[in-house]
Amino acid sequence: MRIRVLIAKPGLDGHDRGAKVIAAALRDAGMEVIYTGLRAKVEAVAEAAVQEDADVIGLSILSGAHLPICERLMAELKARGADIPVVVGGIIPSADHERLRALGVRAVFGPEAPLPEVVRAVQALASGEQGDVHERVAGAGAGTFAG
Amino acid sequence: MSERRPQARTRSGVPIKPVYGPGDVRAPPPPPGEYPFTRGIHRDMYLGKPWTMRQYAGFGTPEETNRRFRYLLEQGQTGLSLALDLPTQLGLDADDEQALGEVGKVGVSICSLRDLETVFQELPLDRVSTSMTINATAPVLLAMYEAVAAGQHIPRERVSGTVQNDLLKEFGARGAWLFPIQPSMRLCVDVIQDCVERLPRFNPISIASHYRDAGATPAEEMAYTLSSGIAYVEACLARGMDVDAFAPRLSFFFYTYTNFFEEVAKYRAGRRIWARLMKDRFGAKVPAAQMLRAACVCGGHSLTRAEPLNNIARVTLEAFAVTCSGLQSVFTAAYDEAFAIPTEQSARTSLRVQQILAEETEVARTVDPLGGSYFVEALTDEMEAAIGRVMDEVAAQGGMVRALERGWVQQAIARRAYEWQQAVESRAQPVVGVNVARGEAAAEEPELQGPSAEAAERKVRELRALRAARSAESVRRALDGVRRAAEGEANLMSPIREAVQAYATVGEISRALEDVFGRYQPLARF
Repeated sequence: MRIRVLIAKPGLDGHDRGAKVIAAALRDAGMEVIYTGLRAKVEAVAEAAVQEDADVIGLSILSGAHLPICERLMAELKARGADIPVVVGGIIPSADHERLRALGVRAVFGPEAPLPEVVRAVQALASGEQGDVHERVAGAGAGTFAG
Repeated sequence: MSERRPQARTRSGVPIKPVYGPGDVRAPPPPPGEYPFTRGIHRDMYLGKPWTMRQYAGFGTPEETNRRFRYLLEQGQTGLSLALDLPTQLGLDADDEQALGEVGKVGVSICSLRDLETVFQELPLDRVSTSMTINATAPVLLAMYEAVAAGQHIPRERVSGTVQNDLLKEFGARGAWLFPIQPSMRLCVDVIQDCVERLPRFNPISIASHYRDAGATPAEEMAYTLSSGIAYVEACLARGMDVDAFAPRLSFFFYTYTNFFEEVAKYRAGRRIWARLMKDRFGAKVPAAQMLRAACVCGGHSLTRAEPLNNIARVTLEAFAVTCSGLQSVFTAAYDEAFAIPTEQSARTSLRVQQILAEETEVARTVDPLGGSYFVEALTDEMEAAIGRVMDEVAAQGGMVRALERGWVQQAIARRAYEWQQAVESRAQPVVGVNVARGEAAAEEPELQGPSAEAAERKVRELRALRAARSAESVRRALDGVRRAAEGEANLMSPIREAVQAYATVGEISRALEDVFGRYQPLARF
């Protein structure tokens, strides 16, 4: 079975260079990728993930609104009884990484994350791997999510 | 035996020879200030008027932004550039449910005229011009700015500044669209027409190159931006406007990265192409209508999170390229831009970069200092050809508007962004501190600054107080006026001005327009 990934761009930020690069990399790694397009509503992301039977949800957020967005997405997923792993990429201050983990986000990638690392993390999560799948490696690639 | 190196190429794919000589230069360009303005739009360039040092600033509340503006002016900045938060850019008030978590984040939150009055409180708007990065809601912010200036008793003909007001690049690259493409074009032209008739010193549009930051090569960046320029010129002509009256008010905005010589050649070639287009295709007679006047940003995607202090070197190179190219206004991004809103210290340092260039180097003492360089002149010709090829492709798609409606531009840019990332990871594209000369310090993170936690809540309280205090009847009447005008064909600026003066909010005016225009449905391709 091909891994199914929903790449979502919630919030108001319109910079989707990173989201599109990640979507292309996951597609080239053999995954089926659905991209929501800009300004996806959080409920719509949760609903699409359930409807599309996504194995993993990837959020791209650069505006600084990651905490409230992730909090709401987690609640929306819970309300649907969905246990789909969520990863976040974008401009996320390191102080917020722990907070995102505490909300249940399984991995956080900065603009420096190399594509193969993102691909491996998504594969691990899709195969049901538990715990922290992501060791943050700084300074290994420019601008994956940034834009 | 020396290793055989592959042919070096610029980022646009133009081959670079190991050595250039007189045989590589077709013909020396005419002097600066002469058509087609390859060497600069003015004869005396920075000797007559230095470039404007205009740092993009704004965050949190209007009060915080006012303080940062005062600070930057005290430090010697010569123009203001207002960063607006995403809700303001997208026509949402601070208390809109969709604005949750975004109020005051990437710029200042402006809901009503009152907020903009606070931003510019006691700032000398008769002497300092303001650029506003505002697009979908540009008509509203322009009307507010005019009202603020009127409140400071500044005559209309002296109000100077710029609204970005380029919706095409929002559909193509930046994503802050609101209305569908056709009504967006109408609003753009409404603003241009209004400024030409009423605000002679205001730039009603800054045709911008965010395509570059989204992935396009330098040649593609210039080609898409000039192709957008063509679309706006055609829209103004279709409105019956006189090219010699409106074209001098069109301004441009570009991105500059560290590929120094290619950037210089890009700007020289761009000026030449635009001048020829305006003269030959659109029949512009006055020189000002043929000149590519441009501002630029140094930074953007060229900056790295790894080893952030390296970004000061990058921005310095970029600003040097731009000033060697004779652009009119420069924004040097702060080294910590890839992390958060710049601190006072990082904002000052990035301004100092420009001041060092202006005061300590010779770049402002002579016009077009690189003119006559075999490499630069040859590369200018090559870039002109490369840009022309991409412009032809856009034309074959039916022009920029059609190419954007089809998603052709968006897909071309996304492909380039992916190629870039792969080139960085394979090390074909060196990025120092990232894939070359990468040190242990890569993970260091500078001091972060965000809007104060209570800022958003206070904003919502103030907004509700404003709604309670203003005349509900005048607001209702003014918003009806906006709706009725949108249904017809008259210029929307006049009813929008009335709404702004009645303290109708950005959100309310945008909803009135959306009632008639509807909303753009984005393409979700990658």
